[in-house]
Amino acid sequence: MNEDNNTDHVKTDHDKHHHRGVSTRAVEIGVAMFTLILGLVVIMDSRRIGAGWAEDGPQAGYFPYYIGIILCIASAWTVWHAIFFGKHVSGVFVSHKKFRLVLSVFIPAVIYVVATYFIGIYVASALFIGAFMYWHGRFAWIKIIPVSVTVPVTMFLLFEVWFLVPLPKGPLETLIGY
Amino acid sequence: MEEFSNLMQGFSVALTYQNLMFMFIGILLGVLIGVLPGLGGANGVAILLPLTFTMSPTSAIIMLSCIYWGALFGGAITSILFNIPGEPWSVATTFDGHPMAKAGRAGEALTTAFTSSFVGALIAVIVITFLAPLVAKFSLQFGPPEFFAVQLLTFCSFVGLGKGHPAKTIAAMMLGFALAAVGLDTVTGTLRMTFGTGELLRGFNFLIAVIGLFGIGEILLTMEEGLAFKGVKARINPSVVWQTWKQLPRFWITAIRGTLIGCWMGITPGGATPASFMSYGIAKRFSKDGEKFGTGKMEGVVAPETAAHAAGTSALLPMLTLGIPGSPTAAVLLGGLLIWGLQPGPLLFVEQKDFVWGLIASMYLGNIVGLIIVLTTVPWWAAILRVPFSIIAPIIIVVCAIGAYTVNNAMLDVALMLVFGVVGYLFKKLDYPLAPMVLALVLGDMAESSFRQSMLLSRGEVSIFWSNGLVGSICSLAMLMLFWPLISKLLARLRRGNNDLDEARPVE
Repeated sequence: MNEDNNTDHVKTDHDKHHHRGVSTRAVEIGVAMFTLILGLVVIMDSRRIGAGWAEDGPQAGYFPYYIGIILCIASAWTVWHAIFFGKHVSGVFVSHKKFRLVLSVFIPAVIYVVATYFIGIYVASALFIGAFMYWHGRFAWIKIIPVSVTVPVTMFLLFEVWFLVPLPKGPLETLIGY
Repeated sequence: MEEFSNLMQGFSVALTYQNLMFMFIGILLGVLIGVLPGLGGANGVAILLPLTFTMSPTSAIIMLSCIYWGALFGGAITSILFNIPGEPWSVATTFDGHPMAKAGRAGEALTTAFTSSFVGALIAVIVITFLAPLVAKFSLQFGPPEFFAVQLLTFCSFVGLGKGHPAKTIAAMMLGFALAAVGLDTVTGTLRMTFGTGELLRGFNFLIAVIGLFGIGEILLTMEEGLAFKGVKARINPSVVWQTWKQLPRFWITAIRGTLIGCWMGITPGGATPASFMSYGIAKRFSKDGEKFGTGKMEGVVAPETAAHAAGTSALLPMLTLGIPGSPTAAVLLGGLLIWGLQPGPLLFVEQKDFVWGLIASMYLGNIVGLIIVLTTVPWWAAILRVPFSIIAPIIIVVCAIGAYTVNNAMLDVALMLVFGVVGYLFKKLDYPLAPMVLALVLGDMAESSFRQSMLLSRGEVSIFWSNGLVGSICSLAMLMLFWPLISKLLARLRRGNNDLDEARPVE
């Protein structure tokens, strides 16, 4: 697995417990606060463009305005529920060990998407699959290279040649005339 | 017997070489999607939808719906052989299917599962064939208030029938509506919630949300569990199939009950997953040897599989007749209809006869083809699952990224897909239901326009939703559904005479 220990600085009060990690209550409240803020944004934007009644009927913000209000109420309800009836959120949301595993998939995926901007989706896919197999599967290069080359080449034939659907391309594809 | 001649007409549309080929490809892709973790019916169809934009709508929907049938079949393979449900609706199949496989009866368990799925789906298609035209005819007289009422009922049913906490169901739903509202408002031409960015002009595409929520979110969840597949070997030969088929008629009551539960849960948007659990639970309670459930009883495979397939199939009925999908996958198919330029709803049955009946005929054919394919190719799928997850996971992420990109040819969508992936991971772990969010995202514009038109008709009076018997009863039913969690809690409290609030609430 990756060596990064950047999740360890999140020290919690549960250090003495066997499974350390972020508490479900914190995540529950955090997510509900986030949807609450989204609800407020929806309300504010709907007020800005008019949430009332114009000459010719309901204004553009009429429907979203109520959606925002209901979203806020539902989010507040979840927060209230988590604070006062906390039995269902007393556990650990994700242990640090598992969270590292999740990040070890998510961070490479983010890098992959960013890399697609620069080197095209085919080369990025080859590198991504190769790196993933190397770090997670501990495969030998003799297995990594065939897999990580075959998949993008198949994709290339499928999309660019057969279905004529253009995908993001980079310098390598320009080199071979695409 | 007008339906019958229409159906024959449909068969003549579906039975071309080209459409049969698409059916075949669809089933194969569907089983693959159903078997692989992280790819499911909804996002499998979402990923492939952009590739069908150039096809004729009939061929496209035949292929995509066959992917859906294939995924329904495929989920059972992983459940029985690997004890890992490939799809949420096949969780209940693991209870008895995997013990059967461990006892050396894998072939029997798989045959039972596939046959039950087939029976459930077949009965559901027959229901669609005869009920859908009636519903469509009936709903031809619907005006905007009635349509909004039916949509309201759909969303309130999620609150009433869902297992999660009502606050979370409502929040997920409203989030879907809010995301649907982003972008250009087509009625007034106003920009909503774009905050000055040009990219948000188009709004959020539900396909991106589906791929992120179900695809990336699922991969993150699977990764957490540190997946290691340990499977049971499976061999199916004709004699096993024959022996199993001879035993199956004994469970006809269970099968019929499962199908009825499935049809009901599919038409009202309960969905395949709760239907399969409900059917399993009821079969366990009513069966002669119910206490032996969980040790490898055939009946315990029949019950959830018939229900799941019946629900998955009948979810297409409200989608075709009312434009209201009963499941996330049906929602994606509905989005496809809109993209191909077809307006789902009662008029579809009048204006696009070939399309509708071709699709219904393909449901019959697709399930027969599907049954034959899965029965003959099981060892092959089991072999795919032995490919290590560290190879499958990056390939699935790559496929999701391509699927997200091809929707609008926009890189921003791929980034958004990752964001939705995180949302999907958090929501799944916190028990927020994803189905109402996806449905709200797909139906948002339609619900808003029928709401607006109703408000225009009544000059802003909400009483229009109780202005006649039809709309009034639908709305009242919707309100009953919305407040059902509260009502059932009150009833339970009255019955027990106990006032412990927290005990009465089923916290799951």
